[in-house]
Amino acid sequence: MFCPQMMFTKQAEHVIFSWIEVWISIIGEMQMKTIIHLDTIEKHFAGNVVIPPFSLSIEEGEFLTLLGPSGCGKTTLLRMIAGFEEPTSGEIYLEGKPLSQVPPYQRDMNMVFQQYALFPHMTVEQNILFGLKMKKVDAAEQKRRLEQVLQYVQLGELRKRLPRQLSGGQQQRVAIARAIVNNPKVLLLDEPLGALDYQLRKSLQLELKNLQKNLGITFIYVTHDQEEAMAMSDRIAVMNKGRIEQIATPAEIYNRPKTLFVATFIGENNIFRQKNGTCLAVRPEKIRVYHPDSEVEKHRKTGRITDVVFLGNVRKLYIRLDDEEAMHVLVNQPASDCVDWQVNQQVAIGWAQTDEVVLSC
Amino acid sequence: MKKMKIRLLALPTLVWMGALFVLPMFLMLVMSFLDRGRYGQVVYEFTLENFARIADPLYAMIFLDTLVISVLTTVLCIFCGYPLAYYISRLDKSKQKIWLLLVMLPFWINFLVRSYAWVVILRSQGVVNSILLSLGLIGEPLPLLYNTGSVLLGMVYALLPFMVLPIYVSLEQMDERKLEAAYDLGATPWKAFWHVTLPMTKTGVVTGSILVFVSSIGMFVVPDVMGGAKSALIGNVIQNQFLSARDWPFGSALSIILMALSLLLVLLYFRAVKAGEAKEGRA
Repeated sequence: MFCPQMMFTKQAEHVIFSWIEVWISIIGEMQMKTIIHLDTIEKHFAGNVVIPPFSLSIEEGEFLTLLGPSGCGKTTLLRMIAGFEEPTSGEIYLEGKPLSQVPPYQRDMNMVFQQYALFPHMTVEQNILFGLKMKKVDAAEQKRRLEQVLQYVQLGELRKRLPRQLSGGQQQRVAIARAIVNNPKVLLLDEPLGALDYQLRKSLQLELKNLQKNLGITFIYVTHDQEEAMAMSDRIAVMNKGRIEQIATPAEIYNRPKTLFVATFIGENNIFRQKNGTCLAVRPEKIRVYHPDSEVEKHRKTGRITDVVFLGNVRKLYIRLDDEEAMHVLVNQPASDCVDWQVNQQVAIGWAQTDEVVLSC
Repeated sequence: MKKMKIRLLALPTLVWMGALFVLPMFLMLVMSFLDRGRYGQVVYEFTLENFARIADPLYAMIFLDTLVISVLTTVLCIFCGYPLAYYISRLDKSKQKIWLLLVMLPFWINFLVRSYAWVVILRSQGVVNSILLSLGLIGEPLPLLYNTGSVLLGMVYALLPFMVLPIYVSLEQMDERKLEAAYDLGATPWKAFWHVTLPMTKTGVVTGSILVFVSSIGMFVVPDVMGGAKSALIGNVIQNQFLSARDWPFGSALSIILMALSLLLVLLYFRAVKAGEAKEGRA
């Protein structure tokens, strides 16, 4: 029987359903992207506000660094995500599920502790297997994952050693292996390289970054070392006194700082106070130095060189300005620059307008 | 020269221990092979008679009783002491001080006095029985004193601080982050305690156990005061040999055997702990 009415409704139904499907997938993808959401969380300690309320979304597969001086609340924030501290108010969501009623041992994330916190009475192998044992993963799977992760962090030969028989760098690898063997959704790292010497830190930074890329795990990384943060992160959250001052990519943080704190905490900066109450931040490498009697239109200020420090790749010039504040300006000059500036020389400095950042101060 | 001066610091202790510990021990060892005269004097003739006498089932039973009581005391001290030490270690620093003071407070009062205090509490006309009688809960006094139970009570009471303090110290030294790491890796609080806290504080338990066990195996005040005539432990027998029976050679032989026995048991205990470690290592 031919029935055009019914055909129409069927078609309409089809269209509507596919529309709904598309929307569901779009919404689904939007939700997929945020893995951790902090909703107006705040933390008080004994009546003092340690972290004033704020919200933050962390995306899946992202390398987010919490960067700030010691005591800025970055570790407290990390420990709240892990569940070792409770937010005074607000809620933390992992994949949309609130975590306030979930104890640390049921949160699907793992932490690499400062000083590693390896179990001293267990071998490398036992340390790594601890998480799988606690979750009662079956023996064959335990073995498979152990071998995989041992190969990953190249600890195969040391598997029977106790932590105290390992070097700092090796202990660090065990700590990472012990965390990632659980396939966590999020890996929390609390200054994991803080106890290591400079060279080792450099090489492990790259290793960690590669590890994160290959595993696709979300990393939340706490450090006070801005160089480390710049080298590894997709986004950096700069924290000061419990407040997040700016969240952005390393390049944006460096080139376009939002606050005076960010401008001075990350890298070196020259802050010029202006008459209208704002400040100008200009990076030392963006400032050009001229003879005072040349190219007059580019000059901004004049001064006298008080110090010249040669650092191999750059030459640092310290210049005392002639204006009433007698401010010191730092200029980084490529060492290949052939002009040989001398202490006590009178100079003029200038910079491109695009290289200055206006900040309230 | 400097080294010499540093060594001088150990000298007083060395002299003291040499003169008042090693030497008497040696004398006791020698005496255990000597004979006893009719009037209780020591006769300088070699004999194995003293050790042969110990083989008597009477003494074997007393040794066995002593061992059972000592092991029970140690176990009870662990079960009471560990939770207490754990509780104290979780308190604020200022509260910890008060609790530790309370744990050590009994040491400020003479041990004998404290033992007699228990007698006052537990005897048939004692505090507990009087209260129960006057409340009409019991018709006649309960036999709370002069039995194995009261000896055990007195021993645990006397030796508990020796268990609490070493366990507390090892709990204090434990890095809290290790526990957090265990939680982080999915261990429930109980599992974290069993797999991390307990193994990491084992030194405290072992130290405490040895202190308690060795002290209880030679204890004679508590069984004397609170055990009555029925429950003589080996410590009482030895005390009798020296003070009442005036059989010093036999007393010495008993002491030597007791010492050998407790050394042996401590060694076995260490072995068991090591074996447990190895077993855990394989698991």
